[in-house]
Amino acid sequence: MIRLESLTKVYATAQGPHTAVDRVSFEVGDGETCVLLGPSGCGKTTTLRMINRLVAPTSGKIVIASRDTDTVDPVQLRRTIGYVIQQIGLFPNMTVAENIGVVPRLLGWDLAKRRRRAEELLAMLALEPAQFLDRYPNELSGGQAQRIGVARALAADPPVLLMDEPFGALDPVNREAIQAEFLRMQRKLRKTVLFVSHDIDEAVKMADRIAIFRAGRLVQFAAPDTMLAHPADDFVASFVGIDRTLKRLRLICVREVMVEAGGEAVAMNGPHVKPDDDLRRVATLFLEHGVGELACVEHGRIVGRITRAAVAARLGGAAQR
Amino acid sequence: MKVVPFGIAAAPRSTLPLLVLGAIALAIGWGLYTSGLGADILRYKKDIVYLVKQHLLLVGISGSAAIVSGVALGVWLSRPSMGRYAEGVIQAVNMATSIPTLGKLALMMSLLGIGALPAIVGLWIATLLPIIRNTYEGIRAVPEHLLDAARGMGMGPRAVLARVELPNALFVIFAGVRTAMAVNVGTAPIAFLIGGGGLGELIFTGIDLQEHGMMLAGAIPTALLAVAVDFLFGQAQYWLVPRGVNPLRNS
Repeated sequence: MIRLESLTKVYATAQGPHTAVDRVSFEVGDGETCVLLGPSGCGKTTTLRMINRLVAPTSGKIVIASRDTDTVDPVQLRRTIGYVIQQIGLFPNMTVAENIGVVPRLLGWDLAKRRRRAEELLAMLALEPAQFLDRYPNELSGGQAQRIGVARALAADPPVLLMDEPFGALDPVNREAIQAEFLRMQRKLRKTVLFVSHDIDEAVKMADRIAIFRAGRLVQFAAPDTMLAHPADDFVASFVGIDRTLKRLRLICVREVMVEAGGEAVAMNGPHVKPDDDLRRVATLFLEHGVGELACVEHGRIVGRITRAAVAARLGGAAQR
Repeated sequence: MKVVPFGIAAAPRSTLPLLVLGAIALAIGWGLYTSGLGADILRYKKDIVYLVKQHLLLVGISGSAAIVSGVALGVWLSRPSMGRYAEGVIQAVNMATSIPTLGKLALMMSLLGIGALPAIVGLWIATLLPIIRNTYEGIRAVPEHLLDAARGMGMGPRAVLARVELPNALFVIFAGVRTAMAVNVGTAPIAFLIGGGGLGELIFTGIDLQEHGMMLAGAIPTALLAVAVDFLFGQAQYWLVPRGVNPLRNS
């Protein structure tokens, strides 16, 4: 659990003091992913870097697992927090195995244990250990390098992960793939993740909570669906985009909105959806076929029906999650 | 920065340079044999052996002192606490590098008299400067985001230096060492002029007396020594710099 209390950072510049982070307070629960979102220069990266003390706060408190980080030696603190950066930062002079083993080595693990851990992490990321352990970073593709960067951050099994636009350097296809992989991994590992992004779509996909920043201030802190349904002000509304209702569609699945019915077998010729499809599929079929109602089918049998009215009610009502 | 490999380790890539050099060496050897110079040179066998030992001492002491102190000073200058002073010092080092070695040795002579000591000190300074510069530049060229990742993961300043900065600068540092040692071996003969001994004795005396045999007896071992030293450091560069940061070993 991470709690920020009135965290502030003021820089002294030639034009006078510049407040990069202004009394930011919020709390991230254990196992939650919080995305720090906002335009360039809004203070989200500075806030992230104050958590592992790469930047020293001017005032305010950071509490991680009930310990004030002021009381801990910064170098020791950083060894308990995973850190992933946009440029990936794999050390070119070390093999993949040595890169992954950096923090374990700082913590005193022996060579055998470090190598085993590296094998374990590579396997988890679907990278064949025998092939990759002794490769150097200059022999990796961008997607492979980014995965190994994440593996390196997870090596010592830290409870907290700080990620600064970690997938920004990848092409869109690779980015989608690694985002999905990361979500799958998170479901298993349940790390407390703070993730900086400037992309609302990435935030909506990855976050349990979004903290949106503007000029150093925290403007809104809410679940993605809440923020899309009820943006706190015009800035947030314009940042999430005028298609924010459409963005909400991916967050809701058919199962939540359908009315259970039927049981009869159905011929698979008409348009239909599955219970785990999200509402984007529903909206697409509504528009493409000009219908107002769809059957939800599982294993060849109808299990429910979903109507336009039901979708509208769900979207217009209080946001859940 | 394209570096042409020279050494057995690089041989598979092109044997042509070695063949050409071998042919030249054979031609020179044949020329010496037939002109009778070969016999002249061999008359000085005892001197050659004695002076080679002296030469190696000059090169060895000044060279190893220069490598150790050069890298240490280069690292020290690259520390963030050195800030703007470092730039000024490097400018001074650059200027000092352009002073001819003979001038440096002469300065040493006026400060320390004649003999082996001023020669060694003079050679040490001449060899030191390229090493300081390459070490400083090599470390400063390590990308900032690597240092950020290293610190963010919990490496203390000493670990960052030893595990990230130095290994990534090692190739450039070795390049500086090779250049410096080439300068060292090549100008060590001048040590003779201030009483430092070495193969310069045969070379300069041979010039003064117009004895070609004597001159070559000094020049050829010097040349061979230079080649051997460069070869050794080339091999060290090839094998000691990790594959990931070693352009010579990239498959």
